[in-house]
Amino acid sequence: MRGYLPDYELRAPASVDEALETMAQAPGQWRPLAGGTDVMVELAAGKLPPGKFLSIWQLPELRGITLDDDHAILGALTTYSDVRDHAGMAAEYPMLVQAARESGAIAIQNRGTLGGNIVNASPAADSPPALLAYGAQIELASVRGRRWVDYRGFHTGYKQMGRQPDELLTRIRMPRTPGGAGALHDYRKVGTRKAQAISKVCLAALGRLDDGKVAYLRAGVGSVAPVPLDLVKTEAALLGKTLDAATIDAAVAVAEAEVTPIDDIRSTARYRAVVSRNLVRDFLTALAAGETGARVHD
Amino acid sequence: MSHVNVTLTVNGTEHTVSVHPMARLLDVLRTEVGLTGTKEGCGEGECGACSVFIDGVLTNACLVPVLSASGTTIQTVEGLEGAAETLGPLQQAFIETGGAQCGICTPGMLVAAASLLRRNPDPSDAQIREGLAGNLCRCTGYTRIVESVVDAARRMKEARS
Amino acid sequence: MPDGWVGRSVPRREGRDKVTGAAKYVDDLHVEGMLHGATVRSTIPRGKIVAIHYEGDLPWDEIVVATAADVPGANEVKLIQTDQPLLADGVVNHVEEPIVLLAHADREVVEKARRHVRIEYAPLPSVHSIDDALAADTVVWGTDNVFTHYTAGQGNVDAVWADAPHELSGEYTTGAQEQMYIEAQGMIAEYDPDAGVTVRGSLQCPYYIQTALCPLFGLPPDKVRIVQMATGGGFGGKEEYPSIIAGHAALLAYKSGKPVKIVYDRIEDVTATTKRHPSRTKIRSAFDDTGKLLALDIDFVIDGGAYITLSPVVLSRGTIHAAGPYRCDNVRVDSRAVATSSPPHGAFRGFGAPQSIFALERHMDRIADYLGLDPVQVRRRNLLQQGQTSSVGQTIDEPVDLDKLVDRALADADWVAKRKAFDEHNASTTGPIRKGIGLSVFYHGSGFTGAGEVHLASKAVVEATAEGRLRVLAASTEIGQGTNTIFSQIVGDAAHVPIDRIDVVQPDTAHVPNSGPTVASRTCMVVGNLLAQATADVVGQLQGAGHLPATWDAEQFTAACRAWYADHDALVGRANYQPPAGVHWDEKNFRGDAYSAYAWACYVAAVTVDTRTAEIRVDDFVAIQEIGKTVNPILAGGQIEGGVAQAIGWAVYEDVVWKDGRVANPQMTNYIIPTAVDTPPIRVAFLEPFAPQPVAKGIGELPMDGPAPAVLNAVAHATGVDPRGVPLMPETLMDLLTTQETAQ
Repeated sequence: MRGYLPDYELRAPASVDEALETMAQAPGQWRPLAGGTDVMVELAAGKLPPGKFLSIWQLPELRGITLDDDHAILGALTTYSDVRDHAGMAAEYPMLVQAARESGAIAIQNRGTLGGNIVNASPAADSPPALLAYGAQIELASVRGRRWVDYRGFHTGYKQMGRQPDELLTRIRMPRTPGGAGALHDYRKVGTRKAQAISKVCLAALGRLDDGKVAYLRAGVGSVAPVPLDLVKTEAALLGKTLDAATIDAAVAVAEAEVTPIDDIRSTARYRAVVSRNLVRDFLTALAAGETGARVHD
Repeated sequence: MSHVNVTLTVNGTEHTVSVHPMARLLDVLRTEVGLTGTKEGCGEGECGACSVFIDGVLTNACLVPVLSASGTTIQTVEGLEGAAETLGPLQQAFIETGGAQCGICTPGMLVAAASLLRRNPDPSDAQIREGLAGNLCRCTGYTRIVESVVDAARRMKEARS
Repeated sequence: MPDGWVGRSVPRREGRDKVTGAAKYVDDLHVEGMLHGATVRSTIPRGKIVAIHYEGDLPWDEIVVATAADVPGANEVKLIQTDQPLLADGVVNHVEEPIVLLAHADREVVEKARRHVRIEYAPLPSVHSIDDALAADTVVWGTDNVFTHYTAGQGNVDAVWADAPHELSGEYTTGAQEQMYIEAQGMIAEYDPDAGVTVRGSLQCPYYIQTALCPLFGLPPDKVRIVQMATGGGFGGKEEYPSIIAGHAALLAYKSGKPVKIVYDRIEDVTATTKRHPSRTKIRSAFDDTGKLLALDIDFVIDGGAYITLSPVVLSRGTIHAAGPYRCDNVRVDSRAVATSSPPHGAFRGFGAPQSIFALERHMDRIADYLGLDPVQVRRRNLLQQGQTSSVGQTIDEPVDLDKLVDRALADADWVAKRKAFDEHNASTTGPIRKGIGLSVFYHGSGFTGAGEVHLASKAVVEATAEGRLRVLAASTEIGQGTNTIFSQIVGDAAHVPIDRIDVVQPDTAHVPNSGPTVASRTCMVVGNLLAQATADVVGQLQGAGHLPATWDAEQFTAACRAWYADHDALVGRANYQPPAGVHWDEKNFRGDAYSAYAWACYVAAVTVDTRTAEIRVDDFVAIQEIGKTVNPILAGGQIEGGVAQAIGWAVYEDVVWKDGRVANPQMTNYIIPTAVDTPPIRVAFLEPFAPQPVAKGIGELPMDGPAPAVLNAVAHATGVDPRGVPLMPETLMDLLTTQETAQ
């Protein structure tokens, strides 16, 4: 059952300022529409609530990847293909590149955007775990001004987030050399199939050992909670520790307690819990074994 | 909401259509422009039967509200290089190597294959499979689609040399 | 003929239209003045319809509305029985049962209107599993929920158990499977008081639809015309359900006097139309130390859904194939098709055989495991030989050499080396990756079962024009499998003319004779043979008139046609089906010659299992079969590869999630079919024909039978667990791995 088109309004503002102006006049009423890879799917399934949409796809101000001394800065309309094909991204942010490669197939990667992936707020989205692990910040703009906020903590509940009704997500930035030199980047998406899949569990973990002790650790997990989840307790349990078998066992137990997966049409809570545990263990084992750089899972 | 005028250049011809701005590009191409080669398989960007080029970029036409495509240049299977009286290497390869069976995924498959070969004229089997992962086929098991793309690449290479 | 067409990979004849976007499928057709139709369906599995309300701010006076009361004839979809109504009348028996039809010129208005038809129900209890159907605490069909019950076999299994050296039992399950043709179903209907009903659309069997529509409208066959358009895949899914869509569109056209198009979107197609029958098989077996089968007692049950539709014939094929290509003196197959409250399950490539073959081929590996023998060895001990009889008492007359088939498959798959290497790897590794290799051996009967072809009494016609062109008239549909091309090859050889002088007429009941449905792997073998005979009839007439010598070439053929037309108006060759001599099938006792030919196969799958995630990847697939004469190697190979991929999907990806009798995952994003990346290279070979004078056996369904057990046998080899059902999802396998780990 397709959506009933007269229920919807769509406008294409000529600039970000015009978009913000429109959003300010009726806060919360206008939903930005970027690549359409989520909204148009809901429309086709007859599940898109009637409403007003702002097509921002054709705003060049929201595109582009730049690297300055401190950050990689990505426009909200940066597509997965933009990420996938950017040499600088591959060198420093391999988990985000891997997430981009595994989001849909080429046509989706050409259209799906990082900004859209964030504000669509699906806990199963592929890029948020990587953005969490890389300590990303996001820029929210409104006629009242622009502000940078930590991405960690942005999602506050299922499909809920710390964005004001008149705010537009405009940019994303990540610190350079995340995790420091010699960090291990491990992105592992377990999906419904090998390609063009939606995740059942997705782990992005970034860690570094100094003198055998955990000097840095950040991990994001998808599809195991109402929001893309940060494993904050697991991180806290490991920082400064030597990664021996007992520590890994204990950390895996903490991680298992942190995830709150559910049964749905794609998988089961039990499977997701076991796989989360296994992926965290697998990452920590590799870290303990001295692996660095981007881990490759065929 | 009332209709708006949207201008698209499709296969080299400019069209101005009066449509709901949220109408899918897929429907506009099929009903307003009258090009039915672009197919609908799923309506949600999963099967790739509606693959077209928008300004040279491989896109699922079912996920594009037509207003977002305003002013763009679109190429469909009917306007693909080689879709002529004398078929091009890609089309010929799909017929002779067995890459088309029921034919419903074929237009999207050809557009996706053309996109791949533009980026990578000599792809490996694995690269072909990855490049076509967004185009579902239920007839072939993909073996002969992969072979068709290999065959097309070979024919194109011969034509260049 | 040294330069014959048969045996050559002639390019697909309609290929040009398909690669240029010119081919017209039903949704590509716009008829002037056409309305768009939509279907309002039940939201509950079973209950009485109390009231129907038409609500909302809608121009109801402009909207065409049809219900059961509007059906001019009998409100029955005629198939094997007539228990299924075209539109529910007072009661619904499954979720998504059609109740109200709507049509309007503006598609948006119809979309809105269907959201505003509110139906009040008084719910009735429903049945949602095979076990509940058999328990019959709630009866939803007949007196005991059993549509059909067969008993087949030979010997006396009950006499074997007491002295049997070994006994092994097992229960196996298979899930529903969605055909997931990429073109969703659709029809366009027109009604004219003089001409009657005309329907065009996406379909496999034009005469099935005509047969169904005649009683619905009280019209004779010549007033019901069915035309096939380009059809984007069928796999059985467009065998029987199209009669319903055609009936709906025709009813709206009848009521409105305007053309009506109904095209389903993906969600409607998956939730409302047929799936492969889920099954449950219990096998009790007796065997000796070498693995020689002494008895097979098989209890086979399939879930038919809410109406009987094709379930008896699906059950029949599953029953006949249940004991596999093995010699066993004592076999009992007790089989039932039962009713539940899901939409009717229906035709799907393989038609019951993949279900029972899965169970048996998994069981054969379990017997090998039990005895500590190689699974190949156990199968070899039992393979049918020429002159032996199958489990239904059919003597295998042709010189079968199944050992040779198995040899070739093992060689191509590098079985011995891989089996050894994987065993060593799995025994020594401390890592998460396990590797396995598994096989299956099976056969598939070509054409309708038993006397089915006799009852069909198919006809085919070949006409010659004055220019020496040949027109092929048959009801067999091109749905991707290559009908147009192989018919051209067969007729081209029979007339000794180039195939570009052959025109295969689009199936249209106004023009083509009833050559039967495009199902059961029968098109090439049965209808192809009829066309060869019809062409021979043309040749015979030309020769009888003295226009054509005993041997001739294409130019002489053209000249002969020209000469014929000097004093004739037409040149028509005809053929009617004649059963092969000496073939007998006893339907009542399920004994005799079940099929006139069998295709034989051995498939091998190699897999990797990641024990961290229980993900299964099929790395390599070898499919070796003997199919008699191969008409077109590329098309035949494409059939095998496509079937294998579809069966790998059934084995490890495609999980229909049911919620109260409704499919909960009806989208391509959540019903997962394999992509190009998930599908392994599929290595296909056709063995030299066993028979010296081979026929072209059916191949469409064969590749659906073997992959699921081969893949699961490989997973068992890789992991040591004992999976019993498909689809084997990672969630299930993880549970098995966890249980195994705990046990150790």
